Amino acid sequence: MSRIPLDPATSPAFPKAAKKSLGDQQLRRNVRHATDVIQAKRKRMVEERDDWQDLRESGSQIRQHTLRYLDQYLEEFERNCTKAGGHVHWARDGKEACEIVTRLAREAGAKEVIKIKTMTSEEIHLNNALETAGIMPVETDLAELIIQLGEDQPSHIVVPALHKNRHQVREIFKQKMGLKDLGDTPADLAEAARSYLRHKFLTVPTAVSGANYLIAETGGVCIVESEGNGRMCLTLPETLITIAGIDKVIPLMDNARTEVLADEEGRQTLHCIRCGACQNACPVYRQTGGHAYGSVYAGPIGAILTPQLQELHHAESLPYASSLCGACYEVCPVKINIPEVLIHLRHKVVEKQTKGLGTLNPEAVAMRVMAYIFRSEARFRAAQKFGRTAEKPLVNREGWIGWLPGMLGGWTQARDLQAMPDETFREWWEKRDKKEGRNG
Amino acid sequence: MLERLGHTVEFPAGQTCCGQMHWNTGYQKEALPLVQRFVDQFRDAEAVVVPSSSCVAMMKDHYPLMAEQLKDETLKAELKQLLPKVWEFSQFLTDCLGLKDVGAYYPHKVTYHASCHGLRNLGIKDGPMDLLRNVKGLELVEIENLDRCCGFGGTFAVKNPETSMAMLEEKLGSVLKTGAEVCTACDNSCLMHMEGSLHRQKAGVHTIHLAEILAGEEAGQ
Amino acid sequence: MADARSAILEKIRAVKPAGFGDKATAWQQIPRSFLVGSTLGREEILHLLEDRLLDYDATVERCVPGEIAGVVKALLEKRGKSRMAIPDGMEPTWLPNEGVDFVVDRELPYSELDLVDGVMTGCTVAIADTGSIVVRNTSGQGRRAITLVPDYHLCVVFASAVVKTVPEAMRLLQTWNTAPITFFSGPSATADIEMTRIKGVHGPRFLDVVLVLD
Repeated sequence: MSRIPLDPATSPAFPKAAKKSLGDQQLRRNVRHATDVIQAKRKRMVEERDDWQDLRESGSQIRQHTLRYLDQYLEEFERNCTKAGGHVHWARDGKEACEIVTRLAREAGAKEVIKIKTMTSEEIHLNNALETAGIMPVETDLAELIIQLGEDQPSHIVVPALHKNRHQVREIFKQKMGLKDLGDTPADLAEAARSYLRHKFLTVPTAVSGANYLIAETGGVCIVESEGNGRMCLTLPETLITIAGIDKVIPLMDNARTEVLADEEGRQTLHCIRCGACQNACPVYRQTGGHAYGSVYAGPIGAILTPQLQELHHAESLPYASSLCGACYEVCPVKINIPEVLIHLRHKVVEKQTKGLGTLNPEAVAMRVMAYIFRSEARFRAAQKFGRTAEKPLVNREGWIGWLPGMLGGWTQARDLQAMPDETFREWWEKRDKKEGRNG
Repeated sequence: MLERLGHTVEFPAGQTCCGQMHWNTGYQKEALPLVQRFVDQFRDAEAVVVPSSSCVAMMKDHYPLMAEQLKDETLKAELKQLLPKVWEFSQFLTDCLGLKDVGAYYPHKVTYHASCHGLRNLGIKDGPMDLLRNVKGLELVEIENLDRCCGFGGTFAVKNPETSMAMLEEKLGSVLKTGAEVCTACDNSCLMHMEGSLHRQKAGVHTIHLAEILAGEEAGQ
Repeated sequence: MADARSAILEKIRAVKPAGFGDKATAWQQIPRSFLVGSTLGREEILHLLEDRLLDYDATVERCVPGEIAGVVKALLEKRGKSRMAIPDGMEPTWLPNEGVDFVVDRELPYSELDLVDGVMTGCTVAIADTGSIVVRNTSGQGRRAITLVPDYHLCVVFASAVVKTVPEAMRLLQTWNTAPITFFSGPSATADIEMTRIKGVHGPRFLDVVLVLD
């Protein structure tokens, strides 16, 4: 049942992966439907709240505050959690976290563990580590179960299987649960999941969870869920292993989060509460779905989180996987200015790519030439004239360009470009001034 | 149109580009000198009217940060004076001048596309549609999902051509559904993007900037 | 090499943004202009709670304190429930005298809890804004497992325990903040398949609320 986890280190760059996803019409229909439904519901609830902007502001400031005192809150959480009978373990990275969880599960004598949906465990590939150690992880969230049984990858942080429709889920369940007859209404499918997991909940003594929040004041773990699987895992087993990043207000695992914290402009990324609102609002995600982002964190938040957790290795195309339309920032409940962080990361990508010989890459050269032109009126005028001459061979009789060379070819794959006018605005304006005897 | 309303219009010849393309693609070093250039060209204006919402968003949202990066106190002070006088074209009419009717004539069925930076960074909401509703002869038809991006996004359109096209296809589907002859907006980049595909498809629908519609006059007037 | 704990804390101290004075004062200074109370009247708040619960596929029956046992009896009859778990300390006057076998939960094994027809409890507080009911491990509400394993939950909510907003509820709960606290909003549900919301997966799939106007 092992599956290859989504890993930015081995995933293709976004444009290539997106191209593949865009060819999957079923996936696109499923993603559009799901995001439309969630967005409409979110909108309805937000419109009911007169104090939505106040809540966003407080949420944002609470997150900023927590980062300013992160060390103290971590120690406070550890103290209070220990006082309440818990044990706090610290891990520098995903590998260390997997080792700790595996060791704890082994010490508890676990042959299998029941799991609440946790993106952190996806991030660190915990299931693979457990399986390697001979411990079977059992996903209990309906969507995660679909993903696990279907040997698939999560494509959304809140609704990980939104790319599958009921018929696809039915096929997976029939095959993997060994069911001959199974209806295809969502209720039938949920009933099948209930039967499949009921005995596990009542008998498996070890559970693994993530955390929505860790509360420093009390040493408490807060989990939000809807199916009851979370309550089952938190309540019935004897051992609960909770794994969370240090950005979850007050947590355990670093895995490059301190690197993000060190970046003045990027650190607001750590405010994220993993609500998925930005994914639902994103027009890019809407078309490509989540897998194209090559990481468990898809959509706008993934486009800024993954490159930072990776310190830009392997994920240089993600900051460009956005039209900067700002829909993500508009819906973010803790006001992360995602477009700003994207632009900041793009700058870092450019700095990295234009080092040494990179300074000769065609894009960098073109950008430098254009900047040189924009710095002078004379050069700007000359460039307009030159452009008109240079484009001539490409312009058809109607005054349109249907094919462009090199990197600009992306434009003309499916769009035409109008040729430059015979007379620019500037020329028209100056001629008019002369005619009317005005001095421009 | 501005002259018709009684304003004196000047076009400083030294102006070039606001630097948005460089800045948003990550070429900060290349964009930085363009801030000083902008201030030099426009510092004496009573109002700077810009027919492109994303350029205005670039100036208002990023120029102060860029001056900060340059550690140029004089530039910072000048921007503080100048930026409040910078207006996006439709906002200049509706918010600065308080107009809804500019006496225009344009006998066509028109739909309005809300460009993202205008909508979200500048807060342009009903203004352009109010202006359009008051154009003589014009029938305004509203588009579904008004707040959804057309997929242009500057270099995004060439770096991610397939995704950009998928977004554009959906947007154009909405445009065509309105039955409008013309789609207008406050940002030429979106219009160029949409027109590029409408022309390729020979859809018979065209894009035109809001200013061109508002400049239209009835013959004989 | 330093241990992970010191390494992480040291790194954080080296790179984090500077704080504004001491932590507790800075915490107090965070703006909180969101709504804590409300201008709604008692009846409007109760109506909102009912509206939310119905939206989540729960049912709500209103009554006055003297009528609880009668309403409970009718509800259980309608649902065909004859064997119900109750927590220790359950108010005896809420229980109908005949027709239902009430089993007091004194650490019943999970397999036993799985066999009862349902569970009946009181609650600590209910939140109208979100349609949430809050229970904790105390007399009349019971340990977490009893409101979780049985497939049906009948919950008695007193109007005096209903607040409008989440912040109001959090203030009340502050007293017991180190104990496990469960918030549930309607019966268990999922929307994981095609965003179609369906009632009932693993937790109680059916929820009846008796709203007592005290």
